[in-house]
Amino acid sequence: MSNVKNIIIAGLGGQGVLKASDILAEVVFNAGFDVKKSEIHGMAQRGGSVSSDIRFGPEVLSPMVPIGQADFLVCIAEDQVEPNKHKGGEIIVPSMIEQSKLANKRSINVALLGKLSTKLDIDKTLWLQAIKDKLPEKLHDINIEAFELGRNS
Amino acid sequence: MSTERLLLSGNEAVARASFDAGVHLGTGYPGTPSTEILENFSAIGGKAQWAPNEKVALEVALGAAFGGGRVIMTTKHVGLNVAADPLFTGAYIGVSGALVIVDADDPGMASSQNEQDNRNYAKAAGLPMLEPADAQEAYDFTRLGIELSSKFQIPVLLRMTTRVCHSQTVVNTRAADQDIPVPNYIKDIPSRVMIPAYARPAHRRLRKKLAEIKAYNEMTTINTIIKGDSKLGIITSGVSYVHAREAAPDASFMKISMSHPLPTDKIKAFAESVDRCLVIEEGDPFLFESLKAADINVEGKDQMYRFGELNVPRVQRIINNDISEEATPPKGKPPELCLGCPHRISFELLRDMGCIVSGDIGCYTLGVLPPFSAMDTCVCMGASITAGLGLRHVLPEEQARKVVSVLGDSTFMHSGPAGLIEMVYNKPATGHIVIILDNSITAMTGMQEHPGTGRKLDHSPAYQVNYEDLCKSLAIDKVLTLDPRNQKDLLEQTLKDAMDSNDTTVIICREPCILAAKKIKEFEKKNKR
Repeated sequence: MSNVKNIIIAGLGGQGVLKASDILAEVVFNAGFDVKKSEIHGMAQRGGSVSSDIRFGPEVLSPMVPIGQADFLVCIAEDQVEPNKHKGGEIIVPSMIEQSKLANKRSINVALLGKLSTKLDIDKTLWLQAIKDKLPEKLHDINIEAFELGRNS
Repeated sequence: MSTERLLLSGNEAVARASFDAGVHLGTGYPGTPSTEILENFSAIGGKAQWAPNEKVALEVALGAAFGGGRVIMTTKHVGLNVAADPLFTGAYIGVSGALVIVDADDPGMASSQNEQDNRNYAKAAGLPMLEPADAQEAYDFTRLGIELSSKFQIPVLLRMTTRVCHSQTVVNTRAADQDIPVPNYIKDIPSRVMIPAYARPAHRRLRKKLAEIKAYNEMTTINTIIKGDSKLGIITSGVSYVHAREAAPDASFMKISMSHPLPTDKIKAFAESVDRCLVIEEGDPFLFESLKAADINVEGKDQMYRFGELNVPRVQRIINNDISEEATPPKGKPPELCLGCPHRISFELLRDMGCIVSGDIGCYTLGVLPPFSAMDTCVCMGASITAGLGLRHVLPEEQARKVVSVLGDSTFMHSGPAGLIEMVYNKPATGHIVIILDNSITAMTGMQEHPGTGRKLDHSPAYQVNYEDLCKSLAIDKVLTLDPRNQKDLLEQTLKDAMDSNDTTVIICREPCILAAKKIKEFEKKNKR
């Protein structure tokens, strides 16, 4: 499965892990790839650890990233690096972004996607479109700004 | 809707397929990982409703299918236990329209109290079972399930698992069904009234149908064979198929899509075509035992792989006969009762008063964890009241007086009333105390409505069951509703008095879930207009 890209987005319930993985999955889906995205719902809502696996390429089989085979590990909470780093991958965390420039701290998930976008060869317009598709209109501007901030960090 | 390429979860795919198949009614009770099916079916225009529990849902579904309707019923794995009674006899009777029972198993227990493997129900009840591996198959097999149910006049089980329900994969939809039969009642007393005289031939009819379905399953192309290296052949089903394909890309495969009744002739031929034939399956050795019984030479997995989910590395271990200890992944942060959750106050009190708490299924089961540690038993939906009564009956008086049953509002609607009837009918000598933690929503599964909220699945207005009136109609000695945040002292005093008395007491601690409160207000405002 060397031609499959494996990305894990991790954090705590309520931090926007699932929203970020929804946006990413939409981006690669619209880029024409086969894509699988997997996560556990339920108890996670209650503030516990949440992580989402996104895999894309010409053909994806298992929906879960095999342990140690992640290409990128995006952690919305720095303290979630430790319980996830065995999954492998280049680590992308909030400290890589100038968070004081975020108009709304809650957009950190999208800012991290901006950072990730510089490492994937996918047209920027697909990212902007997915942000608009997956978020309510009143949050578009603030999240596009966050995305740009991450992309330029 | 026309043909589209979509990115859907397995649950969304079942909803979309049901819509495209012209399903007249969807019914079920919320339960992770099945909940989103009916919500999505409703959102795209299907008629969907939450039943108080799964038994009710399946009976409603059967009735609709007796009347010629196309129906889906959704449940999590343990919910099918609740619905097992109509399931078994429903299999004898069969359907006139079509009925697909969508069952969502939870191997690894991401959000459940056990990891039972419901493939066993297909065999036990005598029903065909389809097992999708991803969202595309969830779509295809829902459509196929409706078709087969209609053709063979039998309910069809669609067995999903957590990873199939909640993984998003690419789905290509098909054109919607045309000329969907209009429900119409055709009288057929001997087929639908299961007195022994009619049930005996009904059982024979069921076995005959299953033989016909097996013949279909031997011929159909849904049980895919991939010819690879003949040294290793893998027989697998559901999500295990994609794990195994990735773990052993060069092996030969037989993917079982209908896991009951099994196409044993086709499987036998496959097994004989390879040097080593290995069964890769999550959960119970269901395929392995069935194939062994059919005298097919296959190899199974070690007992250690019966526990938890499979994934690519675990499948590689099974192939390599590796039974060394598996690495335990680092622990993440466990879930907890939300800060500000109204249940926190009740659990603090129960802990401080040294109560023996007979608990139940919901968010509030988290009351078992520190700093509360205020739950002593939790079995299944509704068992709080009844297991609490059992404790009261046998414990010495001093302990018996401390037993308190605690359950949520949705759980109370699901299985509470029969427990209350037991409480007044076989009243323990020391009486009993039931606390309904009423946060006015089914919070655990993600904020679903129920008969106590006054709103239907789509949040439109409905009759609202009044718990106080229900309790009073059973002549429960004391029924009190309070707000635990502002009336903690009253709650404590009421509990003390109730423990000292020999009365039956129901205390309703009412404050909306903090995650749902804003939405509930919006629904109420909208519904008043």
